[in-house]
Amino acid sequence: MAAAVESTSAVIPPVRRVPDRFRTVTAAVAAVAPVILIVIVAILYQQAAPSIRHFGLGFLTGTEWNPVTDTFGALPAIFGTLSTALLSLVLAVPVGVAVAVVLAEQGQATLRGILGTGIELLAAIPSVVYGIWALYVLAPWSYQHLELPISDRLGFIGWLSQPGARSLFNASLVLAVMILPTLSAISREVIRAVPRGLKENAVALGATWWETTWRVILPSARAGIFGATILALGRALGETIAVTMVIGNRYAIPPSIFSPAYTLASVIANEFNEATGTLYPAALIELGLVLILVTLLVNIVALLLVRSTSREASRAA
Amino acid sequence: MRAVLGAGDTKLKVEQLSFYYGKNQALKDVSFEIPERRITAIIGPSGCGKSTLLRVFNRMYDLIPSARAGGKVLLDGEDVVTTRKLLELRQKVGMVFQRPSPFPMSIRDNVAFAPRLLGWSSSRVKEVVRQSLERAALWDEVNDRLEAPATSLSGGQQQRLAIARCLAVSPEVILMDEPCSALDPVATLKIEDLMAELMRDYTIVIVTHNMQQAARVSDYTAFMLMNPEGRYGELIEFAPTANLFNQPQDQRTEAYITGRFG
Ligand SMILES: Nc1ncnc2c1ncn2[C@@H]1O[C@H](COP(=O)(O)OP(=O)(O)OP(=O)(O)O)[C@@H](O)[C@H]1O
Ligand SMILES: [Mg+2]
Repeated sequence: MAAAVESTSAVIPPVRRVPDRFRTVTAAVAAVAPVILIVIVAILYQQAAPSIRHFGLGFLTGTEWNPVTDTFGALPAIFGTLSTALLSLVLAVPVGVAVAVVLAEQGQATLRGILGTGIELLAAIPSVVYGIWALYVLAPWSYQHLELPISDRLGFIGWLSQPGARSLFNASLVLAVMILPTLSAISREVIRAVPRGLKENAVALGATWWETTWRVILPSARAGIFGATILALGRALGETIAVTMVIGNRYAIPPSIFSPAYTLASVIANEFNEATGTLYPAALIELGLVLILVTLLVNIVALLLVRSTSREASRAA
Repeated sequence: MRAVLGAGDTKLKVEQLSFYYGKNQALKDVSFEIPERRITAIIGPSGCGKSTLLRVFNRMYDLIPSARAGGKVLLDGEDVVTTRKLLELRQKVGMVFQRPSPFPMSIRDNVAFAPRLLGWSSSRVKEVVRQSLERAALWDEVNDRLEAPATSLSGGQQQRLAIARCLAVSPEVILMDEPCSALDPVATLKIEDLMAELMRDYTIVIVTHNMQQAARVSDYTAFMLMNPEGRYGELIEFAPTANLFNQPQDQRTEAYITGRFG
């Protein structure tokens, strides 16, 4: 017996970390991604050069968008992009996590099946179909049943006044529906990965299902749920067509979340075909550049946040 | 092997207990009486239903939708199998698992978990945290870092934290399912000393694979075996530990403790 063990250990080569060829290929693929990103940014920069030279940093703070007078400023679009994305997270994260908790549960197999398939199907619907649905169904419904009642009661708060069917709020609402599948599918996996022992210990200490979920399972899954949120945020920042169809496309920082607004992606989609001259198309391309930078920035900030929470967790582990 | 100092009163009376996972019977007709303020060990080969039996005592099997129990387990006269007062039951009957599983929170919050569920005042919780950690022989090692994450403790400390966590609501019975199997000999010894200490105030039921441990720490031992035809677990012999190990009444017990099978 002992001899056999010795001879096998002599035959098996020492475990190398990663096989060389595999490593070369994956390293090459991994290196391509940042290169593509840099190339894209460089091309956009080059194409946007007339606008960058003309407006300088003032482009980021300017609030007017007027092709007739060749005055272009990006602030309202930046505001629209960031606020629709954040508002959609506020709306979708609680629902997505709640759905994930139910989906990750052991029992209730039928409910789990129906809900799970339903939610995953949501991810397969093309954006433009979401847009149509939002335009004809979601936005009118939300206007009647959310915006009007809320602004009736809380309209004295400025940014909850002036309800309208085409609004920043309704754009966020459709975005929330669109990011829900990502959020709940990833959160479900993270919650499933929480060690069973934690749950059993909580139950043995007398915790109810609710207390176990709220005080033990969700805190354990925190870092992963955060990761899911970041992925969802990426999608929300870049989504174009569905937002364009309900946001109202008014180029101004809206006085209220129920007012029309505009996003970086929507302006580009709507105006690029008609843009003539040099400054106008260059300004639109600069919006694209800003969109990439905003997305990158948000992702970096989010990554740092995740790092610090997971470092906390690994310090704990 | 400690001498049994007079038989205590019965704390848990198991009567004709049967247990099913869906259609599979896991326990059949288990009957015995667990004495108060004594350590009772449950031994037997893997898969014979030791954990299943233990998990009936605090209704942990409620987590498994298909699980059903028949028969009775009387805790101070009240039937555990049918009771609806689960919070009360789990306060009375604490459990320590094989893996300590500290919650993702501070050492203090871990111990305060169950007291807070019961809505105790913060001054009472504070007092209880200290007492429980002292009783679990952990206070001296952690009193200067109660706010540190519980996961920063060593395995043996985590297991004593799990014991402190369950002592915090003053249980009467403590169930332990292989509490030392993930620990080194030194940490194991500490837990065993702790058990001997706790026995003065608590009724302890421990499942263990380690027969030396059963012989060392327990006053009574239950030996279980899987019935080869029915594939269900049954109780073969229950006796004071000294008797069971020195003069086993059943030859299957003898075969097991002398290492001839299992
Ligand atoms: N959740 C479950 N669902 C279905 N069957 C189960 C479940 N848990 C245990 N069983 C079955 O019940 C029987 C007894 O299992 P149990 O875990 O009680 O054994 P054990 O004596 O504790 O074994 P070990 O010493 O390996 O821990 C086994 O046949 C096992 O397969
Ligand atoms: Mg077991």
